[in-house]
Amino acid sequence: MEIAEKAVFTGMERPRFKLKSRMKAKADPGTGAKVWQKTLPYCMVLPAMLIFGVFVIYPVFYMVYVSFFDWNMIADMEFIGIENYIDMFTDKDFWLVLGNTFQFMLMMVPASIILSLLIALYLKKNTRINRWIQNIMFMPNIVSLVSISFIWMWMMDENRGLFNYVLSLFNISPVNWLGDPDVAMFSLVLVNIWKSLGYYVLIIVAALQGIPGYLYEAAALDKSKPITTFFKITLPMLSPTLFFLVLTGIIGSFKTFESVSLMTAGGPADSTNTLVYELYQQGFVYYNTGYASAMGVVLMVLVGAMTLVYFTVLQKKVHYQ
Amino acid sequence: MKKIAGKSIRGMVNILLILIFFVPFYWMALTAIKTLGQTLQSPPVFWVSNPQFENFISAFHAIDFMHYLKNSVITTIGVLAAQLITIVPAAYAFARYDFKGKGVLFGMVLATTMIPAQLVFLPVFLILSKLHLINTYWSLILPQATSAFGIFMLRQSFMQVPKELIEAARLDKAGELKIMFRIMLPMCRSTVATLALLSFIGCWNDYFWAKVLTTSDAVRTLPVGITALRNVDGGVANHIVMAGNLIMLVPILVAFVIAQKQILKAFAYTGVK
Repeated sequence: MEIAEKAVFTGMERPRFKLKSRMKAKADPGTGAKVWQKTLPYCMVLPAMLIFGVFVIYPVFYMVYVSFFDWNMIADMEFIGIENYIDMFTDKDFWLVLGNTFQFMLMMVPASIILSLLIALYLKKNTRINRWIQNIMFMPNIVSLVSISFIWMWMMDENRGLFNYVLSLFNISPVNWLGDPDVAMFSLVLVNIWKSLGYYVLIIVAALQGIPGYLYEAAALDKSKPITTFFKITLPMLSPTLFFLVLTGIIGSFKTFESVSLMTAGGPADSTNTLVYELYQQGFVYYNTGYASAMGVVLMVLVGAMTLVYFTVLQKKVHYQ
Repeated sequence: MKKIAGKSIRGMVNILLILIFFVPFYWMALTAIKTLGQTLQSPPVFWVSNPQFENFISAFHAIDFMHYLKNSVITTIGVLAAQLITIVPAAYAFARYDFKGKGVLFGMVLATTMIPAQLVFLPVFLILSKLHLINTYWSLILPQATSAFGIFMLRQSFMQVPKELIEAARLDKAGELKIMFRIMLPMCRSTVATLALLSFIGCWNDYFWAKVLTTSDAVRTLPVGITALRNVDGGVANHIVMAGNLIMLVPILVAFVIAQKQILKAFAYTGVK
């Protein structure tokens, strides 16, 4: 209060720039209460903005800055221009990791969207049993990825696991789910689909139930076939939701870390090493801080591009009226 | 005839879906009460008549469980408290005041949702280590101390409180803080509860921040600490691993049983754009 009053007082004595004097005129100076009201909103958003500034926005710029240096977190930083980027783009390991990330995404996103759409159509009626199934499907979303990874590692155990036992009932020879370079990525995708399917279904069912009933009544009057109704009414009405899920799914795939770190540690033979895990390794295991930052910039460009696509398309295309 | 066939197909699909999503949890719980011998048995047993509840005690002793539990509790409470302090006033200001730069600041809040933790964890670590906060609770609390989604949701719900109510309170000479905490917050308590639940689940389960922002066991939380269970007895003690994970699951499970409707609603909100 006192400080605010003082500010007004000195403000009145000294001549001001045009902009500021205009603001002051609006503020109707004279009482401290008015100034308090002016500054109050800023005080209220300050704590949140401070956290965002220090731990989200500034780090982005800092990461770009560090990516131009050779640094191991301890010794002095040495400016090397774009050498980190050159190293990265000429390193075949980087392309392998990037390829793995896209492979993960290309398996994960279409499969989870199609499966969840089918299940959502199946569960769209708001009955008790359907709600129950939805609840059970949703369970993995509230459980730590640590627990989920351990459960699946145990089920995928080569010798004692549940999966290979079930396969053995059908006379299929045991699969080395997480140890075989050709299978490990598929296994990780499986776990991640299982984890997120309930969330996808929840969102799509909510969207399905939000489609106005008269559209279907009109379709029924026109004797439209179910398949036509689906493609002419349901799918277009769902498109904003599906588009949202595809985009968040892609970004989610780029971010995958936990299951990789816990279940395969990027192995075997780097077959499941993804961008974020490699970034972590470079930064925290090998202490190539500058190089890791350059990888972070690449990741940022990927995520940023997806976000841009999302908002551009959202503004233009995905409208159903 | 056709109807009966349709019903039985539906019944089968229902059972299949439930099995796919329930069996892994059943397998976890069952393994947690097996003996080591039973976990290694082939073919596996699907029921145990002599549950080994001492597995939970073994999990407690195999690692410094209480230490990680304490860290988890402190970090979770710290994050929830910090979010209350940062989110409520910010949401209120964005909902109820007109001030210069409001649009820009709110745009910044929304923009931060596009920057995931996986993108900035390295610079965040560097910043925290410059501030000498690594391996303190602050290092785990501060990066999660606010939430753009929370500000956005609470702002929406503040905007729905009738203006007359606030004006009436102002006429009664209620201060702004009093209006915010005594009138607005109670009116939006369901949103607040929902957000708190989401934060609680996210923070309790968090592995990523706790893994990348710590270099010693000092403040490591349960999800990170528990991973050490896999090294017990040379890595074959799956019953102990499952027992430990089950203990970690209990608070979440309790929350889900009590507030399953709110939790589902909260997650459904995240899909509304």
